[in-house]
Amino acid sequence: MDRRNLLRDPRAALHRIRVPRVLRLPLGSPLQVALLICSFALAAYAGVRLLDGDWLGVTVWIAGAALLHDLVLVPLYSAADRALLAAAGAMGQRARVGYVRVPAALSLLLLLVWFPLISGMTDTRYRSATGVPPDAFLPHWLLITAALFGGSALLLAGSVLRERRTTKRRRPSP
Amino acid sequence: MRDSLRLPTSPGLWRSPLRGTRFTSVLGLVLLVGIVVVFVTGLLSYAAYNPDLAPVNDKTPGKGLLGFYLFSWPTDPYWLYRLTQGVHVTLGITLIPVLLAKLWSVVPKLFELPPVRSVAHGLERLSLVLLVGGGLFEFTTGVLNVQLDYLFPGSFYPLHFYGAWVFFAAFFAHAALKVPTALRTVRRMRAGEQADGGEESTPPDPDPPTVSRRGALGFVAGGSLLLFATTAGRSFDGLRGTALLAPHGGAEPGSGPNGFQINKTAAYAGIRTADTAADSWRLTVTGRGGTVRLSHAELDGLARHSADLPIACVEGWSTSDQRWRGVRLRDLAALVGHDGDPPDVLVESLQTHGAFRHAALRANQVADPRSLLALYVNGARLSPDHGYPARIIVPAAPGVLNTKWVARLTFGRP
Repeated sequence: MDRRNLLRDPRAALHRIRVPRVLRLPLGSPLQVALLICSFALAAYAGVRLLDGDWLGVTVWIAGAALLHDLVLVPLYSAADRALLAAAGAMGQRARVGYVRVPAALSLLLLLVWFPLISGMTDTRYRSATGVPPDAFLPHWLLITAALFGGSALLLAGSVLRERRTTKRRRPSP
Repeated sequence: MRDSLRLPTSPGLWRSPLRGTRFTSVLGLVLLVGIVVVFVTGLLSYAAYNPDLAPVNDKTPGKGLLGFYLFSWPTDPYWLYRLTQGVHVTLGITLIPVLLAKLWSVVPKLFELPPVRSVAHGLERLSLVLLVGGGLFEFTTGVLNVQLDYLFPGSFYPLHFYGAWVFFAAFFAHAALKVPTALRTVRRMRAGEQADGGEESTPPDPDPPTVSRRGALGFVAGGSLLLFATTAGRSFDGLRGTALLAPHGGAEPGSGPNGFQINKTAAYAGIRTADTAADSWRLTVTGRGGTVRLSHAELDGLARHSADLPIACVEGWSTSDQRWRGVRLRDLAALVGHDGDPPDVLVESLQTHGAFRHAALRANQVADPRSLLALYVNGARLSPDHGYPARIIVPAAPGVLNTKWVARLTFGRP
């Protein structure tokens, strides 16, 4: 195209510019784009303040939290759950696996949230700051775990008994 | 093993029949309400410190416009901070199972292919890093801080405050994009519609179910209930024993009038007995009329008043009302020339360290007749751990502004 044509029809000229294939990405919803850029701008405004101190440490913590959760915690508990299901299935107890799964998950949830106190890793500071030794947290967690599994066992026993009684009733007496 | 050759990017790896728009929608709507409440009560907690009053009250002086909403923290109702901060921490802890279940339900989306379908889609996925990373960061720093486990990289206040804004920026965008779908899904579920209408994105190769969706939601609710039941009691003296795993739960540190919860003991704050003894300790009160120095006996000679007020900590625990007895702050102001119009006051403690050994109170707090320089609690002298010989107690103020082991009050210069 010569210069004269280009001046006469700039839009045609624009179409001639080669856009690399990678950049030919559809925009998607403009509302969504506007909303997300607004969100990023606000996050950046707070983010520069968040990163003002130990920026590397904070970045590692935020990215690490997401990665640790998605790539370690989720696979770990999913694998444990699948192993439990497989083990129960091998014994034909798949339907009753909840009686182990639920108390185990609840007990581990408490351990996850209160790990610093239960493990005693903040023992010295907690004791000297509050005037109370944190010795009770581990026994409390163990007792709650015992209660969860004990309660579960009771429920299971109850349901097994009920099942037996109904099957007996259905069977005609000899 | 059919998983051995599968990558997480293969939809076939994800086999729980629970995953799908319906499960995610219910959890998402619970988090929408819960996180907004936790965010707002968190912002209120920052306002409660009166950070714009004096540099000593502000741990995030570089906040810029993020402090746009600040206001003078009131003294009424006197249990205000006990309520807002109790809700902030207890609700935050209660939401943990919902957050974990929500993240579990959407984890396959992390590995979705193609990674970017459009500009909007790419930005949304980028925003998820801030949403998930920021959310976990906020919950983790909060949970560690209440257990006095200061592992995080820096001071808690700026990390948790600025982190909250980064998280909330991503959260509001995510909510705006997803709430319509979530509401539509839940409305359909309530109407009992079986048809998916193309919106339910269940795994293509699901395992047989081991639990119903209702059962799974019940399990998440059970986890929340368990955390709530073992935490909430730390906000009430009579129920503290039920908070079996939460910090400042379980047993009281002592018995008798001074037996209630202690935030920082005298030993921890570096208070030496010699500094508080009758022959050495003096309270220095300064105002526009000059300076007076009061001994134990002189302070005891001033008009004494009572107030029933709680101690409420930023960590979410609180005590029930204690009966404090001491000298009104406004009477002390009058003593140094501020008669009738008590100004702000800067309170200084004998503490050798601690972020709030100096703290400022606003004029409205000084003027309240229940605001005391307390000398007695529940009919006995203050114990060393509760601030002997004198401590501040102000209605609705966060615990750290109720300075213990007070040595100096400077009126009119916060």
